[in-house]
Amino acid sequence: MPYIVDINGAKRSVDVDGETPLLWVLRDTLDLKGTKFGCGAAQCGACTVHLDGHPIRACQTPIASVGAARITTIEAIGESKIGQAVQAAWIELDVPQCGYCQAGQIMSATALLSRVPTPTDHDINTAMSGNVCRCATYTRIRSAIKRAALAGRT
Amino acid sequence: MLARRNFLKVSLAAGGGLLLTASIPTFTKAATLGAPGPDAVALGAYLHIAPDGKVTITAKNPEVGQGVKMMLPMLIAEELDADWADVQIEQADLDRRYPGQTAGGSTATPLNWLPMRQVGAAARSMLIAAAAAQWSVPASECDTTPGRVRHIASDRSLSYGALATRAVSMPVPDVKDLPLKDPKTFRIIGQPTRNIEVPRIVTGQPIFGIDVSLPGMLYAVFQKCDVHGGKLVRSNVADIARLPGVRAAFEVKGGRDLRGLLDGVAVVADSWWQANRARQQLQITWDEGDIAGQSSADFAATALRMSQGAPETILRQDGNITTGLSRAAHVVEAAYSYPFLSHTDLEPQNCTAHVQDGHVEIWAPTQNPAPGAVLVAATLGIPDSAIKVHMVRAGGGFGRRLSNDYMVEAAWISKVVGAPVKLLWSREDDMRHDMYRPAGFHFFKGGVDATGRLIAFRDHFVTFSQDGAVASSADLGPTEYPARMVEHLEFATSMMPLRAPTGPMRAPRSNGFGFVFQSFLDELAHAAGIDPVQFAHGILGPPRLLPDPPGPRQGPGFHTGRMRGVIDLVAEKSGWGKQSLPKGTGMGLAYYFSHLGYFAEVIQATVSPQGEITVDKVWVAGDIGSQIINPLNAENQAQGAALDGISQALGQAITIQAGRVVEGNFDSVPPLRMRQAPPVEVHFLVTDHPPTGLGEPALPPALPALANAIFAATGQRIRSLPLRGHNLSTSA
Repeated sequence: MPYIVDINGAKRSVDVDGETPLLWVLRDTLDLKGTKFGCGAAQCGACTVHLDGHPIRACQTPIASVGAARITTIEAIGESKIGQAVQAAWIELDVPQCGYCQAGQIMSATALLSRVPTPTDHDINTAMSGNVCRCATYTRIRSAIKRAALAGRT
Repeated sequence: MLARRNFLKVSLAAGGGLLLTASIPTFTKAATLGAPGPDAVALGAYLHIAPDGKVTITAKNPEVGQGVKMMLPMLIAEELDADWADVQIEQADLDRRYPGQTAGGSTATPLNWLPMRQVGAAARSMLIAAAAAQWSVPASECDTTPGRVRHIASDRSLSYGALATRAVSMPVPDVKDLPLKDPKTFRIIGQPTRNIEVPRIVTGQPIFGIDVSLPGMLYAVFQKCDVHGGKLVRSNVADIARLPGVRAAFEVKGGRDLRGLLDGVAVVADSWWQANRARQQLQITWDEGDIAGQSSADFAATALRMSQGAPETILRQDGNITTGLSRAAHVVEAAYSYPFLSHTDLEPQNCTAHVQDGHVEIWAPTQNPAPGAVLVAATLGIPDSAIKVHMVRAGGGFGRRLSNDYMVEAAWISKVVGAPVKLLWSREDDMRHDMYRPAGFHFFKGGVDATGRLIAFRDHFVTFSQDGAVASSADLGPTEYPARMVEHLEFATSMMPLRAPTGPMRAPRSNGFGFVFQSFLDELAHAAGIDPVQFAHGILGPPRLLPDPPGPRQGPGFHTGRMRGVIDLVAEKSGWGKQSLPKGTGMGLAYYFSHLGYFAEVIQATVSPQGEITVDKVWVAGDIGSQIINPLNAENQAQGAALDGISQALGQAITIQAGRVVEGNFDSVPPLRMRQAPPVEVHFLVTDHPPTGLGEPALPPALPALANAIFAATGQRIRSLPLRGHNLSTSA
């Protein structure tokens, strides 16, 4: 059946089974490929998107459960000041190796900084440990979050 | 004639400008060994200079996160004397003009260091010739500044863009006569250079294999037998074909090659989720064959039993091990082991294929496209020339994508359904159908004399065979450290038959050997009451090159001075032996030579009274020769490799039970997470040796450095991995 969902500020109509995870609606129905599939079990965080500003795992979110909530994906995270600062820090510190997990990392980092403008290492550990980086760029992810936090204060 | 001799070709690019194709004999061995290889392979690159001055450089190798798409163009751009701001990079397809289109073995740097620079130098020389002709001055009076040729005497200059079209008609230089830059004048090589892909990555652009989309494309899953190579007997495939969104469901009869097309059932649907959901209702009867009884527990028991008998093969014998052990003041005997591992690339294996009119077009995140094309051709019964492979950025490789099983599956499914198909494996498919890092069992004896010198060393390595030969990446070489430096030494092996496929994983062999050899050497040092750094000095002796014996694996040898150099550097940087650490905290040292790189690492770790491990800090010291080509990426790679090793050591194992892999997702194979990741400090020792690769050699020392740190912290010697099997938790 058709569902009307708010994706990156636009109302989109999708005609899919209600159990279809948001991840696959984004990727295969709406052609928004930035959100990644890594595990299908909320274990890796590659599919992290924002639902009303909160980070969620799109692979475990049936489209029928989204309702009127605002969904934000990596394609639009740069429209917020914090998201833009996070992207800039990622570029400046040359964070990625393969880059596959980084959309999810950026979504989690942006959500963290929206809630905690100056996160401690403990805050970073708590907010970011659901996002696996197989290349283990954790040192730079941590530095980039701190860099973006600094940029947000000035 | 000249062009043929020089292996260089030029042509006018579409739209004007210089197009340089270079096919230069490889200088890998010349670069790393000092002598040409027996079979010179050709190397190639494209370079296109447009009239507007834009320089487009084609990166010929697959990019899997190692940074080669930046590194190769940096080499060309340096000798071209291009302005890096003018450079654009394009990814090559699989193309006969480019040999060595593979991502493996940390080989891209030593293979391309000289030839890629020669490509750039050749183009620069032709641009100079074009300017000299235009100004009617001798070329020797001209030189270049970034992006321009100038004639100093007359204070004239022309941009590369303005000269590009004319340069095409200039004689092609002989590569042997081409002057290369003095490294002291490098402006691009050696500069921390940001990866041009990062802006695309952070904005979610569709640049990975899984992102490929074609008009009319369908989505596929492929269910194989979890007992590797099991044969399909019957299935309810007809019922599956009627499920929502399913366009086709069919049985596939494959062959015996575990790296090729195997028996299975393909489900093709309008979306991947529909295909995968329909797959859940599959009921398949398999003939699991005679290997369904294999298990990790049995392998361990068999290995122990075999260790008590005579080994099947003696690989190396120096002196007399019995004599050596009898003369030792301290003798240690210990059994070490490591488990099977899965590569766990974060982007699950996938491939998009379109078979049409006898031609196949493939978009594959692969590390090794050429054998993939051969496999597809042989399986589909079409000529190699009918296959076009696009190399798409891969979300991690780590050796898994050296095999191309997903490629032949996608091509087969596309052929059957007559439409473009994207095949995507689930995480469980990926973990249960890997080419596993083989497990290994090492039974050591070592002896140290009264002066603290290692005089006797024996390893009986119980490993695996497959189809009668040693399994992939399960072999031990005769030069494994400390061979060549110990008076009485014996390496011996025995093999157990294995059905599960094995293959190379980041730092193959070394990723397991590093742990067992370096842990046992640490054990010997402590038994003799000698500091591990001093013990290493004693084994290595004076700086000298120990040549490799002739054979297929012959390399440039092992330089004891380079190894000692990084050990001393990491000891200095970590404050080794100078710190008073609290109870429960310890430092461990390990060092390892692999893939032409020398690495030493120190790890500081704390173990709480409850057995919870915290990795406090890692220090890495590496010697990969005279040049760190891109320091920004080099640091990232070395940090990642060390943390990759720590990730494996802390929690990872693949368990075989009843012939199949038990684990299926990250809940049972825990990857390292942010809260577990320590800071990693990286130092490079620049030495006067040809530059070598970095994807792999920083990994092997990390595992034993951690195990040795746990010993220093607790007195508990870790002789098997992962650590979570030792009543040690990892806050995972």
